Amino acid sequence: MWDRIKEKLGILADSAKYDVSCASSGSKRKNENKGLGNASNGICHAYTEDGRCVSLLKILLTNHCIYDCAYCVSRRSNDVKRAAFTVQEVVDLTINFYRRNYIEGLFLSSGIFKNADYTMERLVLVAKKLRTEHNFNGYIHLKLVPGASKELVEQAGQFADRLSVNIEIPTEEGLRLLAPDKKREDMLHPMRVLKNAIDESADRGPRPSSLALPAAASPAKSRLFAPAGQSTQMVIGATAEPDLTILKIADAFYKKMKLRRVYYSGYVPISTDNRLPAIGTPVPLIRENRLYQADWLIRWYGFSVDELLSANQPSLDMEIDPKLAWALQNLHVFPLDINTADLLLLKRIPGIGLQSAERIVQARRYSPLHWDQLKKMGVAINRARYFIICKGLPQQPKDYAAEQIRQFILSAGHSKYHPNFSPQLALFQ
Amino acid sequence: MNTVIYDGTFEGWLSTVFEVYERRLDDVRIIENDAPSLFGNSITITSDEAKAHRVWKGLCARISINAAKQLYRSFLSEEKGREDHLLAYARYALSAKLSIEYDYAHPSVRYVIDTDKKVRREKHRMEAFVRFALTADQIYYATVSPDFNVLPLIRRHFEQRYADQRWLIYDTHRKYGIYYDLHQTLPVTIEPANPACPADPACPADPSLPDSPNPIFTPDETQYQDLWRHYFQKVNIGARKNLKLHLRHMPTRYWKYLPEKRPSL
Ligand code: SF4
Repeated sequence: MWDRIKEKLGILADSAKYDVSCASSGSKRKNENKGLGNASNGICHAYTEDGRCVSLLKILLTNHCIYDCAYCVSRRSNDVKRAAFTVQEVVDLTINFYRRNYIEGLFLSSGIFKNADYTMERLVLVAKKLRTEHNFNGYIHLKLVPGASKELVEQAGQFADRLSVNIEIPTEEGLRLLAPDKKREDMLHPMRVLKNAIDESADRGPRPSSLALPAAASPAKSRLFAPAGQSTQMVIGATAEPDLTILKIADAFYKKMKLRRVYYSGYVPISTDNRLPAIGTPVPLIRENRLYQADWLIRWYGFSVDELLSANQPSLDMEIDPKLAWALQNLHVFPLDINTADLLLLKRIPGIGLQSAERIVQARRYSPLHWDQLKKMGVAINRARYFIICKGLPQQPKDYAAEQIRQFILSAGHSKYHPNFSPQLALFQ
Repeated sequence: MNTVIYDGTFEGWLSTVFEVYERRLDDVRIIENDAPSLFGNSITITSDEAKAHRVWKGLCARISINAAKQLYRSFLSEEKGREDHLLAYARYALSAKLSIEYDYAHPSVRYVIDTDKKVRREKHRMEAFVRFALTADQIYYATVSPDFNVLPLIRRHFEQRYADQRWLIYDTHRKYGIYYDLHQTLPVTIEPANPACPADPACPADPSLPDSPNPIFTPDETQYQDLWRHYFQKVNIGARKNLKLHLRHMPTRYWKYLPEKRPSL
């Protein structure tokens, strides 16, 4: 029996791994009535040799699929070994891994067998069993099957912490080319259903503590509806969309669908299909990293897509990060005085991250900050120096041209500014 | 120079701060009592709950609860000389009218923030890298040897998460553990029956043991470890290999506890 399970686990983990999301944070599910687990902090329990976080048991229920999307290993026409877990097998694996502190929970996806609803029903059943039969409060991320009915999407939200529909191919044209049986609308529909349901439950849900209802009135648990929200993934480099298009789409997802995260997954060549990059083509890791950086700038640093890219310049700079690129194009904003500049502007200085910007604002209330102190507060001074004014600066900023600064910074420390490939890490200082 | 000797506990350190103020000592050096007593001219402080409490209350009146926790965690770093740095921090905090906790430019504030950061990182690593193995008598058992004394810090996390299973986390370096019996968590010590394995013959950390059938564990234990190891290998994407990043996140010194990093059968 163990050998069978092991073989299935191998096949169904192997085909699930191209989904890069592994987030297990952002929920607020507590352990109730001395049950098992909680979902709040999002711990990485291990890291693969490619440096990615392993936080969830990420598997497919089955890799049988009636569709034939060219970019997917599970596509109908691909000659791979197929397998399927039973609902109970997934439940047992999750519980036993969780109890040993291997994982934060389950990320369950699936190839589509029979039809969308038939598949979705089984995914929901796994989550339901975990919650109701095992009093499991760990993290559950369910993939929504494109085309799944409104009822099933809503049920999924009652048991899962996060739900996601992967858009995969950013544009409609790309989709038509690579996944002719799939319609963009089939993916957008469950997203919209979910957005509405999440909005509604937020209206109904517990307000900040002062207005909390008596606990007996309605247990908090029954009100939780996909507390970690929804996310999606786009494959990068399988089709020809420029970064500008990709970021515009992501931005619209954040704003209109209120997605928590958009993931970018550099295409890993897995097919000889000539509509796609050939096997052996390198995975666009640097580009993927730059997209994550730009995404962070948009979500946390107050940048808009239009500030970073334009029709004339639709691609991110591969040599330097997008924040430095922006600064070099906007030298008129600098130099900024460390002791007086607004938090919002401090955050825009290359070499100063969110945390150091906040620290600067707090520390300068005690006494004006000196260059030496800045160094010790976590500021990457070798980049920041070209953009700031501060007492004790070894050299007052000269009127360097953007190109000169770029060269200084690039030659200053190769290893340090070498792109970091992990989607979990933001690379700004 | 006044050398003060205390018992190495946090309560002892707080009592020391009390005495430093009470006796108006300055230029103080605080030493833990297990260090060789080369100091003829020293003062020995005994822990005193009431005095410690007064100092703690005094500190909490001047700094936020968050900063007080930072101070406590820095103490658990067991770093040499921390007692003196923390004394300087306490003096600064107690002397100022406003909370000093955000004065990142001040050396002792920075010491606390930086040390706390290291301790918290180790705490998070333990929450991540503890691997339980289920013993035949139904206890989820794990051994660790963290860089800092973080068991007091991870207790709550494990209590909240694993409320319906009995578990024991044993620090082989400091020779004590915490045991949750479904009602409360208690500190425990284990007499090592087998000196080769630091804590116990049941120690799942001994790389020679886990894969051989071990009567101490449930029969399924080896199977689940094997499944987990298999899973870990399968989720890797060869085309994205980045060993440097892997090692930064999972330093080799933790591997001995991780079934997924042990060679398979
Ligand atoms: S429907 Fe999903 S599983 Fe099936 S081939 Fe397309 S992407 Fe792959």
